[in-house]
Amino acid sequence: MILAILAIAALAVVMGALLGYSALRFRVEGNPIADQVDAILPQTQCAQCGYPGCRPYAEAVVKDDEAINKCVPGGEAVVLALADLLGRDAPSSDGAVEKPKCVAVIDPNECIGCTLCLQSCPVDAIMGAAKQLHGIIASECTGCELCLKPCPVECIHMKPVETTVRTWKWPFPANRPQAPAPSVAA
Amino acid sequence: MQAAEPRFKQRRLWQFHGGIHVPDEKALSNGAPVEPSPCPPVLVLPLQQHIGAPASPVVKVGDRVLKGQLIAEPRGYVCAPVHASSSGTVVAIEDRPIPHPSGLSAPCMVIETDGLEEWADLLEPLIDYESLDPGVLRERIRNCGVVGLGGAAFPTGVKLNPGSDHPIHTLVVNGAECEPYITCDDLLMRERSGDILEGIRIVLHLLGARQCLVGIEDNKPEAIEAMRLARAESDLKDRVEVVVIPTLYPSGGERQLIKVLTGREVPSHGIPAQIGIVCQNVGTLAAVADAVLRGWPLIERYVTVTGRGVARPANLKVRIGTPANELIAQCGGLKGDLAKLVCGGPMMGFEITDTRIPIAKAANCLLALTPAEAPDPGPALPCIRCGRCADACPANLLPQQIYWNARAKDLDRVQDYNLFDCIECGCCAQVCPSHIPLVQYYRYAKTESWAREQDKRKAEQAKARHDAKLERQERQERERQAKLRSKAVKDKPAAPAAATTETGAGTAPEVDPKQAAIEAARARAAAKKAALAEQGLAPKNTEDLAPAQQKQVAAAQARRQAAGLTEPAPTPTETAAPGPKAAAATEEQA
Repeated sequence: MILAILAIAALAVVMGALLGYSALRFRVEGNPIADQVDAILPQTQCAQCGYPGCRPYAEAVVKDDEAINKCVPGGEAVVLALADLLGRDAPSSDGAVEKPKCVAVIDPNECIGCTLCLQSCPVDAIMGAAKQLHGIIASECTGCELCLKPCPVECIHMKPVETTVRTWKWPFPANRPQAPAPSVAA
Repeated sequence: MQAAEPRFKQRRLWQFHGGIHVPDEKALSNGAPVEPSPCPPVLVLPLQQHIGAPASPVVKVGDRVLKGQLIAEPRGYVCAPVHASSSGTVVAIEDRPIPHPSGLSAPCMVIETDGLEEWADLLEPLIDYESLDPGVLRERIRNCGVVGLGGAAFPTGVKLNPGSDHPIHTLVVNGAECEPYITCDDLLMRERSGDILEGIRIVLHLLGARQCLVGIEDNKPEAIEAMRLARAESDLKDRVEVVVIPTLYPSGGERQLIKVLTGREVPSHGIPAQIGIVCQNVGTLAAVADAVLRGWPLIERYVTVTGRGVARPANLKVRIGTPANELIAQCGGLKGDLAKLVCGGPMMGFEITDTRIPIAKAANCLLALTPAEAPDPGPALPCIRCGRCADACPANLLPQQIYWNARAKDLDRVQDYNLFDCIECGCCAQVCPSHIPLVQYYRYAKTESWAREQDKRKAEQAKARHDAKLERQERQERERQAKLRSKAVKDKPAAPAAATTETGAGTAPEVDPKQAAIEAARARAAAKKAALAEQGLAPKNTEDLAPAQQKQVAAAQARRQAAGLTEPAPTPTETAAPGPKAAAATEEQA
């Protein structure tokens, strides 16, 4: 009896030491799940989820069980991907209409060259200098709208990205199979 | 092994999986020889008529261009140049509707023709091509804008460069023309068999291939006869074989034709070059012969205008860029009820709504279908899992599974079922008893997958830029802190010295020259201000003030006096050695 208890205790000590050692030795920096969540997010850094960027939201989703449907630019696709990754139920998208993809455009007649938008752009997609006309690099703009608010003269507008032959997508077929009406044939 | 077989014996043929028999309807348009189409008053040449990057224009609006002149040069490797298909004046370079399923517009060059058909200086014919390097021939084919004329419009110069790691043993020539209604390749083989043989000879030399198999469906006896005759007359008898294959849609698909002729399967996600085969359409080979032997760029092609909605179906020899309505008018116009107008064949073509679209290099057919030919399938019914689509699929896929996953928008699962091996031939939709528009689901899933891929790349790029910005901000903050610290350390012993000797700060070796310059400027400004104040002059910007502004100025002066700061001159210590805060402020301004 004593021997058994001792043996088990000794085993427990050895295993515990091993686990403790490996926890230190093979420590993983950061949260790998948060990395995966971050990889799914569209990286617009728009803060529309209520967090200051994509990474903080990813961490909140993993750590604090934050809802997975807060990413506005990601839309339904991101919600589904997150649900799949985290094994959670995808909250029903209550008929939310997805906004068309937009990029910011500066009105050259109104810009006063104040550089405020430069500082607010999370991806450095605005070029300019003090008292010089600013310009937005359309290919780098993520459409996060963060530059709209700081502009003192409201000269930045969001312009929908035009569909070209190269970016055009076949629509989802409208002719969806319908369940046949229950037949009442006698 | 196969080449060693006696050639007069019927070659062994294989069968691809699935396939369907559809009424071929070729008799509508294959009865008469090809008619040349007159030069239209306006030519519209899309800058992108091929797979790859759009070409960039090399002529301006208002320029006069000659027939065969280069008007847009390739940008990048997978690209093809565009040539003027008649002489005239460039009147616009603008977005015009192009032959594309989206019906969208794309940049086009619009040429008003002058009817003179004046040729530009052509490239020198390469008659003695067999002594030339394959690279030179590829360059010529590329410069003449030759692309695959079977429908995909992949630049031929790129396709004929499989790389040294893929030795090519067989050239497969696609004369199958399996789509119903279309007869332009049939007519091309009848009328230009000699040129096709020349093209074969050039490509065989270029690729270093041993043999060539010309696959033609058995519903084109005249074309088979013409090609056999041309082969018998040429000296390629022991390298080229004209093989008659059974009519079964889609035997004209590249992979299907290779399977039928050689029994070999092109790997999934792979290209035929991986199994030592290159496949070219007959029209492409004729264009290659034109390019190499005559120096002609690709500015014309054969187009079938057919369907029961056209008064007089025919094959036309058309200048690239001719608007579709000109061709329809040449064929007697549209008649009776029209269900839809299709660019391409009834199986793989797409509906067009605007008849002003130009004929691009890849357009092989204009099809006007009456309601009787293209009946409305009615609403789609639920899938009953009968499996007929899987039996018909020539790519050996599971169309039903792809359909379910595409419908659920599960794009990862769709790719697990090899969606991208789907050739969109439409066999599955044709046999579906529930009339489900299956191909539409596949096309949706394909373009959506590409878009997601694109979005992902953009997200990665945005993340990299965001990280770079954060890092830069951190670095600047660190640098600022470091500067402040070093400044604070420096200032303590230096302050009394600076107060006594103004020039001492500038000459001291440890002081930053930029900082010294700023300080000198401040000193100059202060001196000037003091001098002006002595003469009783206020700063110039305080003249002509509104009463409200005057009041503000007065209030500020009062505050200043209350705080113990006195006008006009700043204290010498302030001028000579600005505190850390002032230094930081100037730095930020800088």
